[in-house]
Amino acid sequence: MQVGRVGDAGGVPTETVAGTAGLRDFLHGLPGVDQVGVEERAKRLATRSIKTSAKAQAIDAAIAMVDLTTLEGADTPGKVRALCAKALRPDPDDPKVPRVAAVCVYSDLVGVAVEALEGSDVKVASVATSFPSGRAPLAAKLADTRAAVEAGADEIDMVIDRGAFLAGDYGKVFDEIAAVKEACGDAHLKVILETGELVTYDNVRRASWLAMRAGADFIKTSTGKVSPAATLPVTLVMLEAVRDFRAATGRQVGVKPAGGIRTTKDAIRYLVLVNETAGPDWLTPQWFRIGASSLLNDLLMQRRKLADCVYQGPDYFTVD
Amino acid sequence: MSEAGGVGGRPPTGSMSEAGGVGGRPTEKMSEQRLAVRKTYKLFIGGAFPRSESGRTYPVNAPEGRFLANASQASRKDVRDAVGAARKAFGGWSGRTPYNRGQILYRVAEMLEGRHAQFVDELRAAGLGGNAAAREVDAAVDRWVWYAGWADKLGAVAGSANPVAGPYFNFSTPEPTGVVGVVAPDSPLLGLVSVVAPVIVSGNTCVVVASEPAPLPAVTLAEVLATSDLPGGVVNILTGRRAELAPWLASHLDVNALDLAGVPDEQVGPLEEAAAGNLKRVLRPTGDDWTGDQGTRRLTAFLETKTVWHPVGV
Amino acid sequence: MNFDYAPAPESASIVDIRPSYGLFIDGEFTDPADGRSFKSVNPATEEVLAEIAEAGAEDVDRAVAAARAAYENVWGPMPGRERAKYLYRIARLIQERSRELAILESIDNGKPIRESRDVDLPLVAAHFFYHAGWADKLSYAGYGPDPRPLGVAAQVIPWNFPLLMLAWKIAPALACGNTVVLKPAETTPLTALVFADICRQADLPKGVVNIVTGAGETGRLLVEHDGVDKVAFTGSTEVGKQIARSVAGTRKKLTLELGGKAANVVFDDAPLDQAVEGVVNGIFFNQGHVCCAGSRLLVHEPIAEELLDRLKARMATLRVGDPLDKNTDVGAINSAAQLEKIRMLSQVGEREGAQRWSPPCELPDRGYWFAPTLFTGVAQSHRIAREEIFGPVLSVLTFRTPDEAVAKANNTPYGLSAGVWTEKGSRILWMAERLRAGVVWANTYNKFDPTSPFGGYKESGFGREGGRHGLEAYLNV
Repeated sequence: MQVGRVGDAGGVPTETVAGTAGLRDFLHGLPGVDQVGVEERAKRLATRSIKTSAKAQAIDAAIAMVDLTTLEGADTPGKVRALCAKALRPDPDDPKVPRVAAVCVYSDLVGVAVEALEGSDVKVASVATSFPSGRAPLAAKLADTRAAVEAGADEIDMVIDRGAFLAGDYGKVFDEIAAVKEACGDAHLKVILETGELVTYDNVRRASWLAMRAGADFIKTSTGKVSPAATLPVTLVMLEAVRDFRAATGRQVGVKPAGGIRTTKDAIRYLVLVNETAGPDWLTPQWFRIGASSLLNDLLMQRRKLADCVYQGPDYFTVD
Repeated sequence: MSEAGGVGGRPPTGSMSEAGGVGGRPTEKMSEQRLAVRKTYKLFIGGAFPRSESGRTYPVNAPEGRFLANASQASRKDVRDAVGAARKAFGGWSGRTPYNRGQILYRVAEMLEGRHAQFVDELRAAGLGGNAAAREVDAAVDRWVWYAGWADKLGAVAGSANPVAGPYFNFSTPEPTGVVGVVAPDSPLLGLVSVVAPVIVSGNTCVVVASEPAPLPAVTLAEVLATSDLPGGVVNILTGRRAELAPWLASHLDVNALDLAGVPDEQVGPLEEAAAGNLKRVLRPTGDDWTGDQGTRRLTAFLETKTVWHPVGV
Repeated sequence: MNFDYAPAPESASIVDIRPSYGLFIDGEFTDPADGRSFKSVNPATEEVLAEIAEAGAEDVDRAVAAARAAYENVWGPMPGRERAKYLYRIARLIQERSRELAILESIDNGKPIRESRDVDLPLVAAHFFYHAGWADKLSYAGYGPDPRPLGVAAQVIPWNFPLLMLAWKIAPALACGNTVVLKPAETTPLTALVFADICRQADLPKGVVNIVTGAGETGRLLVEHDGVDKVAFTGSTEVGKQIARSVAGTRKKLTLELGGKAANVVFDDAPLDQAVEGVVNGIFFNQGHVCCAGSRLLVHEPIAEELLDRLKARMATLRVGDPLDKNTDVGAINSAAQLEKIRMLSQVGEREGAQRWSPPCELPDRGYWFAPTLFTGVAQSHRIAREEIFGPVLSVLTFRTPDEAVAKANNTPYGLSAGVWTEKGSRILWMAERLRAGVVWANTYNKFDPTSPFGGYKESGFGREGGRHGLEAYLNV
């Protein structure tokens, strides 16, 4: 791959629809991903044994990387406030537990979250652009985005148009991301690829590069509404993409696996993957996030198990 | 449908069929006061043990007329459910590595050996002499081991690289046919394992109609299969009237092949005719000798050969 | 965040190493006739692990006689289905004791526990499992309706995969009805001795498997013994040639699995990240102590620079150290002698003008260690491109066209294996057709399976191990 020769792929969108053919050539010129090989590599990294002090370090890092998420049709202001309370004090019994990185909600509930988190450094992230399907006119997607930003969202999690991507209409996908990026203003843009619908690792790599070149600050695996959601090999391919993108352009892009990460063991495997693929530069909440909800309590339980040497029960951790 | 009590009932151990094995009569010698707990013999569909949806049973008697048990009398709807379960299991089972299938089949043999005494009891109840019953169980276990070993060898023995005249790499591999309907012979254990093992070892799934007069070992075999890591639905076992069930299997359009091992001669023709409806592969009855070397016929009968061409060039 | 993995040592408490071990002959551990012994050492610490009996001529006689008696009286006449069940038992016992064996293998050999646990032991069990299934199906293997065994097999194995090589030798021999006398390598005898115990747990008839420990002289006595019908050797090409000379003119059937200098060929359309993994796995797996290691990397010139950058970055993440740490990727060099050989050839590489590179890498103070090493600017005329180093040392060469890649890949007296990396299927097959090697891996490397025949062309030996083809080595056909 001649990533070193992609001179135009800087931090801001530099391409337009007129560049569609070039975009296609570029994306299809990326080196292929061998499915068996990438899955084997991910599986092997998953055998890393993270114990004692390394485990304690990883648990705290993972807690600080959590985007605590609620994305249900049944979400209410009450539910969001409860989640925010949890985000601020993950473990009421232990003030040393770090806060999570962000709370992630639907755009109409951003205001509630902003108010609940006011004065803290916990960010408010909002899904937008007709999450999770993304099937809406661009104008509606932009309106959705602007509403979230105006309500105070620090971060926007948009979905790409998978239909356009799978149909080969890369220009449309690119332009939508670029437009949403513009609508974000100062808010950070996370671009959800919905890898479960892209199916192949080749597509995941292409979509990652497409999103980064269109201005994504983060690339994110999944909405959590499609199975499979985040997997280790998919995340591995995306981590390779951000690594290569930085090598080519100098701009660092974050990665966020989301969906299906429920246990401490899972979370630590992702951190190992980051550590040994993109490298330690990505091991901060600024560059790596985990989209999850039930994960947090497992991290807290394991944290206390490490400290107390007693296996924990769920009754001792708050459910919000 | 299924009851927890249907599986894993504690098998009688030791060789005392009087002590409450099959047909459990009140015991005579050892524990005069104790009444044996009998087992309910049910169907085996999708890894569960349901009764027939029809609610029917039929009495199974020993050759001398003694009542042994009521077996479920399966209906056409049970056939339908069993075929559905077999189809659902096919993708997963055929997608396992041959090595994994071999391991699971070998595990089945281990479990079979563990139920040795129970099978001997059931075969004696079905009329075999004590030594003959033990030999039959020995042979059945060894037969299962023999087929287990084929899992990762079929491809090498039945496949080939074909030296075509041209710049192509060409190879043929055997693949399982799909869902196989098996009408088991009346040899209640050895005959049964001799028709079930070769069907599933290559990745097929099956619906088995057990021996009509001696169905009880088949249900015990189901209990073995259920505790052997074999995925539910790979083997489904129905007891009942062969003449009632076989035509439904033969005409079912989601069944890919038929083994007519246990079908009387006069019924073979009509069943083959029904099977022609979707061009099922049919293995006709091959005679009753289940003791000798079985060869590979029963394996290859339920395989498709897939040939792949690929150009060779820079 | 600097994510340092804390030590994660595998507990060695399930391994019980005795202070001394005898010879396993006729179902019993016995002392050698002349009482000689040698020491087996943990290469990661240089600690002595145990005293091992050294078999002399008298002991080898006894072992061969025991094997002969077992062959004539028990194992030869036994029906295949009964032999099968013994082999299944052994396979199961290995599965049951696999963690113990993996740890012991790592202690004795120096290989990382991750590999002994995840590669060696599963393959060992699979090998017995697979061949168990052949024991009662030999008439279907394509060697006639009733192929007969050879008799007593003399088997000499190397130290790089001690138990796996034992399995490759013993499983097919027993499945085909032969009995064996096996000599493990002098630096790695311990798992073979536990295997002897497994034979006893399986109630294997005495004399069917005999294990005689010792060094090269014991091996020579064994393969030259008049009482053996078959010689199987895995090891260096040099010793292989000596053995070939010694069995010349005898009735003994011979198979040899010898050295290699495999080319791993990466084209510009390869799946690059996986190719990097494959190159790393090809040469740093088992510290490069692999006869089929991809020790010559042939890179297509358009991507040479980029591939090397990625390869170096990847090598920098390799974790070298304690073999029993579950996170170790590269363990200890098996012996002081092997370490010396690797050092010597690496120095020759530098002297001949190749550029040497290793990632920053802290090596333990005690034990035998060698950092993963890369040589660039290597030409076919360099010794490091021609001689088998048998260590974690990769020589990088480049090519311009597929023909050139084939010419360079084949430009060696060896012919054990090769790798091809390209997303173009027809090119894989075109390369495979032309590569003079017994195994060609495409878009993968160092893969083994009991169903897949393994063995070399040219001076990498003859005969195959594994698969239907591997049975021929132990049948009178």
